[in-house]
Amino acid sequence: MKELAIIGIGQTPVGEHWAVGLRDLATEAIWAALDDAGLDGADALFVGNMLSGEMAQQAHLGALIADHAALAGIEAVKVEAACGAAAAALRQAVLAVGSGAAEVAVAVGVEKLTEQPPADTTAALAMAADGDYELPMGLSFVGVGALLMQRYLYEHRVPKEAFARFPIQAHDNAQHNPHAMFRSPITAQQYADAKMIASPINLLDSSPIADGAAAVVVTTAERARRLSDRAVRLLACEVGTDTVALHDRADLLWLKGVERSTKKALARAGKRHEEIDLFELHDAFSVIAALSLESAGFAERGCGLCHAQRGDFGRGGRLPIATMGGLKARGHPVGATGLYQVVEATLQLRGEAPEPLQIPDARVAMAQNIGGSGATVVTTILERMEG
Amino acid sequence: MNRATADVALMRPELPVGIVGYGAYIPRYRIRAEAISRVWHGDQDGGAPIAQKSVPGPDEDVITMSIEAAANALRRSGVAARDVRAVWVGSESHPYAVKPTGTIVAEALGIANATLAADLEFACKAGTEAMQAATALVGSGMAPYALAIGMDTAQGRPGDALEQSAAAGGAAFLMGAGDEAIALLEGAYSFVSDTPDFWRRADQPYPSHGHRFTGEPAYFTHIIGAARALMGAMGLTPSDFSAAIFHQPNSKYPRRVAKQLGFTAAQIAEGLLAPEIGNCYAGSSPLGLARVLDKAQPGDRILIVSFGSGAGSDALVYHVTDRIDDARRRAPSTDDYLARKQFVDYATYARWRGKIR
Amino acid sequence: MSLARHWRLRDQRYRLEGTACDDCGTIQFPPRPLCPNCRSRTLSPHPLDGRGQLISYTVLYQAPAGFEAQIPYAVGIVELGEGPRLTAMLTDVDLDALQIGMSLEMTIRKLRSDGDDGVIQYGYKFRPVQFEGA
Repeated sequence: MKELAIIGIGQTPVGEHWAVGLRDLATEAIWAALDDAGLDGADALFVGNMLSGEMAQQAHLGALIADHAALAGIEAVKVEAACGAAAAALRQAVLAVGSGAAEVAVAVGVEKLTEQPPADTTAALAMAADGDYELPMGLSFVGVGALLMQRYLYEHRVPKEAFARFPIQAHDNAQHNPHAMFRSPITAQQYADAKMIASPINLLDSSPIADGAAAVVVTTAERARRLSDRAVRLLACEVGTDTVALHDRADLLWLKGVERSTKKALARAGKRHEEIDLFELHDAFSVIAALSLESAGFAERGCGLCHAQRGDFGRGGRLPIATMGGLKARGHPVGATGLYQVVEATLQLRGEAPEPLQIPDARVAMAQNIGGSGATVVTTILERMEG
Repeated sequence: MNRATADVALMRPELPVGIVGYGAYIPRYRIRAEAISRVWHGDQDGGAPIAQKSVPGPDEDVITMSIEAAANALRRSGVAARDVRAVWVGSESHPYAVKPTGTIVAEALGIANATLAADLEFACKAGTEAMQAATALVGSGMAPYALAIGMDTAQGRPGDALEQSAAAGGAAFLMGAGDEAIALLEGAYSFVSDTPDFWRRADQPYPSHGHRFTGEPAYFTHIIGAARALMGAMGLTPSDFSAAIFHQPNSKYPRRVAKQLGFTAAQIAEGLLAPEIGNCYAGSSPLGLARVLDKAQPGDRILIVSFGSGAGSDALVYHVTDRIDDARRRAPSTDDYLARKQFVDYATYARWRGKIR
Repeated sequence: MSLARHWRLRDQRYRLEGTACDDCGTIQFPPRPLCPNCRSRTLSPHPLDGRGQLISYTVLYQAPAGFEAQIPYAVGIVELGEGPRLTAMLTDVDLDALQIGMSLEMTIRKLRSDGDDGVIQYGYKFRPVQFEGA
């Protein structure tokens, strides 16, 4: 496998894009990334997306978006892995360029969740879970997260309020991110008063339904050095899986997919936990933030919250997380999210994060995109490219 | 009435047949009669002969309730599901107009595929009609076991007097050979006529009725006609029975008809559930029989007489055997279901029962 | 709503029919073509008895399309006595009485119906054990 780099990034604001369709959102992000790379095309396009069929009655996104972006003719396919679709598309770009099959590949994640009424969107998102054995029982995707959170509260004997730390910190960061959906801080009192969606998950435990697109341009490290002085090395992009149905896991509170994907990525990158300077984690629900930190090995089992309380994961802590607002406050356009994370990590490594979000001297960043409740996990490790 | 009834011979199967297993089911929820009458008639003291009625949960219907009762009946009998060769469900609230309740019940209980399955409709008599049919199937030697269920989730038009009583529940009976019976059928008699006392047209959600016309020419004529003919043909008098169950659309009618026939209050007490749960329609007299069997002693003789509007009555006489003691322990009793209750308010009841459109 | 899909799952939805591995004895629900424990391909149908324990639960206040009429309702993960776990709606229970570890039993209820003129889906739900010893 060749050494790889990201030489261009692009993102649209996350929010409710009533006036813009899927293909335009994706095209905007693709060309932002290509312009950033100083390129006028690519050999391959991998489109991460979960719900174009259900939300926009549109399949066949690869060719459609390649054509709309005036890239018609190149290899282009859609990659779907529920909320992990975007990073899974990046994985395909990595395989394509790493193998030598392509010189330059673009991975774009795009999602429009505002096309349908809320109950239909809720039903569509629930498709990340088991369609034969979870959905017919009335379970929603928030419900899946709630089953995890209820068990977490029970097994680890933590107070529900302790989870407030994650959304408060996410909102605090997002207010400085011009692309974020929620740009205002929240308080512990607002968290305590928030409306219940699926107990114990309330509105402020949950990332919002949103539209958005983000893209990166991947090429070889060798070529990157010639083309750009802002490239970052793409050390690893590794996939781990677990059962789709939550009930098939003997231990609900250990995300094996996270553990597997993290271990593979660290091994591929040749890095240790201590070398990671920031972690763009998949805080779709506040409990997933805690479980990700624990299963990835950044906190002991059951201790994600206590480390968070101590400030370990804040901007000045040992491992800043969700530095641009995370899924909770930047927003969670599901099939695009994984590439927002990678774009944000790249900005950090380039030293281009908006103040005061820039992590000083950030050298190595990890981004982790989760499909479903942990069934598909894609962990990406990036490193600043030294002169 | 243009036929003399007493001289018509009683009905009895060729081979001895009896109940080999029985099971009751009553939903968990209740609404107090006063909670209903307050909405439609304001606060009034007294006058409600039914204290409360049973209400099906929002995810219950005749199919799910039939499965519960039939599972209890199978459990009591010890019979393997695949030996059951008929599933007949009598109800006026089958969830589908076209698509049998019986097949779903049969499939759920593991009885399918080698079985008859059909739904019967005869207002509140459909349950005993199923018992007659199941008895005949076993009695003719066509099947070792046949399941008969009387079950309803009865609806009354909001504000109508019926709404005070229209309730949910019923019972299942597994019929089998006489030597396995916990209660042996000694004789039966059925009596029908064209009497328009109560009806529901196709596609209408709520029934209509003839008010006081439902009494003398309907309920009393048919029950008394069937009961007298059967007792006459068998040479029995009320004193030969330890218990009797009459269809119970309210608390008053079964007491009055018992008195007219010569039964004492004590004889009908155990089988009279209307004051507790209301009128379960096709499940009403079968549920009364289930409760009587819960308490019966070997040697007891029991009379059950249903009444279905439109109109007709089935009368059956059972003789309890010494197998009863062992069988009744194997499933929840009717009293267990009567004691399990959670009250709901009218708003919840209206939402669950689809009265808000 | 797919008619065929619900129909082909009826053995599971109505009778909790799982599989047992002929080689290592592991019991699965839902049924599997390969044993997840030993990869054996010889498995036999194995009905489960429907008693279990609540592992986790949630009460939903926002429902997916098709379930809006039932809000609020509870869904839980149940561990069956034989070992397998499943997800099920919880019924005949007061929502504030739910407790991890509580004993549950299977019942068949309406899962959902496809409008006023579509089919009604029936299947397992779980409720607190109703009558001990019965």
